Amino acid sequence: MGNPDRVDALASTAISSPASGQVANPRPDPVPPLDPVPPLDVERLRKDFPALHQEVNGHPLVYLDNAATSQKPVQVLDAIRGYYEADNANVHRGIHELSRRATEAYEGARQRVARFLGVEDPAEVIWTRGTTEGINLVAASWGSANLGPGDEILLSDMEHHSNLVPWQLIARRTGAALRFLDVTDQGTLRLEQVDEILAGGRVRLAALTQVSNALGTLNPIREIADRVHAAGALLLVDGAQGAAHAPVDVHALGADFYAFSGHKLCGPTGIGVLWGRRELLEAMPPYMGGGEMISLVERDMSTWAPLPHTFEAGTPNIAGAIGMAAAVDYLEGVGPAAILAHEQSLVAYALAQLRELPGIRLFGPEEASDRAGVVSFLLGDAHPHDISTILDAEGVAIRAGHHCTQLLMRRYGVAATARASFYLYNTREEVDRLVRSLETVRTLFA
Amino acid sequence: MTTDVQLSSLYQHLILDHYRKPRNKGELQEATADVHMRNPTCGDEIRLQLQVEDGVISDVRFQGEGCSISQAAASMMTALVKGAPVADALGIASRFTAMMHGDPEAAGDRTLKDLRALAGVARFPVRVKCALLGFDALQEAVKQAAGPDTGT
Ligand SMILES: Cc1ncc(COP(=O)(O)O)c(C=O)c1O
Repeated sequence: MGNPDRVDALASTAISSPASGQVANPRPDPVPPLDPVPPLDVERLRKDFPALHQEVNGHPLVYLDNAATSQKPVQVLDAIRGYYEADNANVHRGIHELSRRATEAYEGARQRVARFLGVEDPAEVIWTRGTTEGINLVAASWGSANLGPGDEILLSDMEHHSNLVPWQLIARRTGAALRFLDVTDQGTLRLEQVDEILAGGRVRLAALTQVSNALGTLNPIREIADRVHAAGALLLVDGAQGAAHAPVDVHALGADFYAFSGHKLCGPTGIGVLWGRRELLEAMPPYMGGGEMISLVERDMSTWAPLPHTFEAGTPNIAGAIGMAAAVDYLEGVGPAAILAHEQSLVAYALAQLRELPGIRLFGPEEASDRAGVVSFLLGDAHPHDISTILDAEGVAIRAGHHCTQLLMRRYGVAATARASFYLYNTREEVDRLVRSLETVRTLFA
Repeated sequence: MTTDVQLSSLYQHLILDHYRKPRNKGELQEATADVHMRNPTCGDEIRLQLQVEDGVISDVRFQGEGCSISQAAASMMTALVKGAPVADALGIASRFTAMMHGDPEAAGDRTLKDLRALAGVARFPVRVKCALLGFDALQEAVKQAAGPDTGT
């Protein structure tokens, strides 16, 4: 259960000694591995990513914008190219050999991603354009069938606009209301509010991010899921960051819906997955109409194809699905737990140096073990855009802005932050480059 | 390719001075034009107010949030157009825009005064829109001050 003292305990620890923040902390979810994972062979992995090996503005590229999108390994690029070169055809439509092969690869990719999610039934895996489309699908389809005046949707102030605006749209259409969990000074969800809000008995669905893209916070999804379910509501998990940066098992997480994107986990853009429990998906009306999603079509009415095709109108992103399957193959080959541990060791390394910089303001949990590979910060009176321009001049790519989380920026009273985000191919030397370039910022803004 | 020289020309003293001590920052109680502009991709914001009397910008104020380039450019712009005929202000806007697009002649135009410090921004294409935000607001405000379109 949520410990109401937690926030204050953390805050006071933070003031006395940032290094000793070991208070009774609800375990972030998914649970960090108990067995130590072997360190990544980063130098070998880097060879798989052609885009990393280039100079930007006369300096070797340091790519620290992974929360926005990841680079792609040759294994993914080869899978996409191989499909177009040898098997390209439309799926489910032709009787000919290429169509058979394309369909097999496309449906094989679905099975592959199902395994990645810990899902037995591949028909529960629906291809989308990405997280945003998956959440819009649930909001529009499930929402129109299940929401009405007086009903509530539970969100939080750390949600990406993708997990906020679709709910605003459906709330307006149905008369439902939105409720929000606050975010603490430490960048965690104010868990005691979960019970308070659920106690009203009006929440039909909670939609929360597994990992904050702006702060890196690993949210205790399992704990929240149990409370949401006890109140008779459903849980949608925004897995855009979670699937890329933490081990995922949708059943262990306690999710009812799980949406994520290929491009954040070494796969191509334009492809993503919505997973949902079969009985929920089967009870939902179609989201888009067209080819692929029908069974029998008459002038006034049609009947729908069974799952997953009900929600896949039109020619799908076949190459994208194949590329995404290659990406999850790659990630599982490396090991999601090892990737998270690697990111956390980079975060710890970065935080230790950044805390020494005069004028730094850091956002997010104190402890690297409470976050994935994201570090958000401000430096003196240099605006994040200026920081980003200066870093770019030295080959260091970070993100500056509101990170599609304007509620969170408002919560902290800032318009924007600078954000460095790490992935499996980043190194300590790159963190050093980041810190050195921040010294340039300090010099220029002295 | 960006060099250190280009960086230090981007963040030279005059620009940081306007960023830290913006001129004409605040609010006019009465204004002929009141424009709010926002760059949705980066979140930079500007509110620009003009008081126009007999074709002359008699007073101007701005408020804003954003990077040093956007806020310094807006500050420099207000310093230059205050007291200027509207036509002159628009002339400054078009010469400054030309400078942002790399026109060397515009960069040598002394009438741009402090704004010339921003010439280096032209080498940073993604930042040009920051520098132009204030002028976009100025053009919008001048239109507003001219009153509703007469439909001619
Ligand atoms: C937490 C989170 N949710 C949702 C999204 C939206 O993902 P996409 O733009 O791939 O649909 C992102 C990434 O932009 C994200 O980080």
